[in-house]
Amino acid sequence: MPILQPVGRTFIAFLGAAGRLTLFAFMAIAHCFRPPIYPRLIGRQMMAVGYYSLPVVGLTAIFTGMVLALQSYTGFARFSAESAIPNVVIVSITRELGPVLAGLMVAGRVGAAMAAEIGTMRVTEQIDALYTLSTNPFKYLVAPRLIAGVVTLPILVLIADIIGVFGGYLVSIYKLGFNPATYIANTIDFVQVQDVVSGLVKAAVFGFLVTLMGCYHGYHSRGGAQGVGTATTNAVVSASILILCFNYFITELFFAQ
Amino acid sequence: MNDSTPTNQAPKIQIRGLKKAFGDKVILDGVDLDIGQGESVLVIGGSGSGKSVLLKCILGLLHPDSGSILVDGQEVVGLYGSALEEVRAKFGMLFQNAALFDSLPVWENVAFGLIQGKGMNREEAKAVALEKLASVGLNEDVAELSPAELSGGMRKRVGLARAIASNPEIIFFDEPTTGLDPIMGDVIDRLIVSCVKELGASTLSITHDMASARRISDRIAMLYKGKIIWSGPTKSIDSSGNPYVEQFINGNSEGPIQMQVRSL
Ligand SMILES: Nc1ncnc2c1ncn2[C@@H]1O[C@H](COP(=O)(O)OP(=O)(O)OP(=O)(O)O)[C@@H](O)[C@H]1O
Ligand SMILES: [Mg+2]
Repeated sequence: MPILQPVGRTFIAFLGAAGRLTLFAFMAIAHCFRPPIYPRLIGRQMMAVGYYSLPVVGLTAIFTGMVLALQSYTGFARFSAESAIPNVVIVSITRELGPVLAGLMVAGRVGAAMAAEIGTMRVTEQIDALYTLSTNPFKYLVAPRLIAGVVTLPILVLIADIIGVFGGYLVSIYKLGFNPATYIANTIDFVQVQDVVSGLVKAAVFGFLVTLMGCYHGYHSRGGAQGVGTATTNAVVSASILILCFNYFITELFFAQ
Repeated sequence: MNDSTPTNQAPKIQIRGLKKAFGDKVILDGVDLDIGQGESVLVIGGSGSGKSVLLKCILGLLHPDSGSILVDGQEVVGLYGSALEEVRAKFGMLFQNAALFDSLPVWENVAFGLIQGKGMNREEAKAVALEKLASVGLNEDVAELSPAELSGGMRKRVGLARAIASNPEIIFFDEPTTGLDPIMGDVIDRLIVSCVKELGASTLSITHDMASARRISDRIAMLYKGKIIWSGPTKSIDSSGNPYVEQFINGNSEGPIQMQVRSL
């Protein structure tokens, strides 16, 4: 069966990759909870994931909030339902767009950088050198990045939520002529704890996925500069796809009846 | 073939039937080698013959396909987790390309094993690092530079300082003097010899430089086609009676070892 062969081979390769990734993830998580912990490294990674991503994520959030208000206005005017705009903005931002867009931006910025850095360390034997110096790369390289991702991304998303809602407010007030006091009152009325919390849970999961993909592809990169390039691409692509998949399942977990 | 170790104690490292292949390319095909307590063994062999792979197998950085490696009588093939980490703590390794951490300054590279591995505080570790750097001929100004700012020979020396910083029991030197000027090469050779004397360390080195080989080793083993084809005391290398060894140490392109090259 010459047709079945390549299909089977691809399928087996896929299973192998999935198995390796799962194993890697379990090892990485186990090392997050076992000493030694490196606070200095965690701090440095939190700066990289959180602080330095603020401008990118902030810009993404504000324009998303603005376009949301504008689009809903032009759309809802047909049903004279313009008053729902604050509701639409807050729900979309906190539930969906805040975590997903922040996750994707961080995947491009941070996941890529992690894969490139760890990949370079792999191909220049620095990871081997770590092992010979009684230092486990899972503890020294992977765990600090995972911890930073899981802790920092929710904070980043919370800030993105606020900036995004503010973007919607700006357009509604200055372009669409809403009353500021009513808009704010409506927004506060519509904020639901569950919406925000689900968004933050998503953010933590996305933070884990992005850093895990960056570390995994970097750690397994092979063959010089080209290998590092491939690892970087794979890290960003796989993290983005996983973010979108997990986004659906977490949403279902929180909101499906 | 002469495989007796000079000491009567059990060897520090005993390798038997070690095999390693990448895909269908067989690199090590049943290597047998002993390294005695406090002994300096040197492996010679053509470029690409698998010398670096041999070192990495012993360190557990590559997983051999079969065979046995005993370190102090303990089997390390198949060992993992904290048991493997414990064995690795006995080793220091100078990598062929130095493998310095480029996110850390030079002195932190040297002090790395002390700070991370042994939990020494940073000031103390830095003092030790500066001392080790001085012994490889690098001064305090270099200590603050990043590895990317060093020349190839300087990187090698930093790698050497890092390998010996935590006074390991066993030290591997993968081409310690390649890329150094002849005088510095001699300095490094002396340093290696004094390390062995002072620390009582056992060493396994690789080099292509026969002058250096004679200075730093007690015993030489030749790796060819995945096997140790000759091993004997360094003094007797010139009277080995083995045509492969003779061709190799004389650097002769004519002989039983055929290089896979086509003339222009
Ligand atoms: N990780 C790897 N994956 C695949 N092949 C490898 C790997 N590492 C080494 N090899 C192959 O194994 C062979 C031996 O490599 P090794 O680095 O041990 O050579 P060497 O004896 O140290 O040579 P040199 O004196 O040039 O350093 C080479 O043919 C190399 O292509
Ligand atoms: Mg080599």
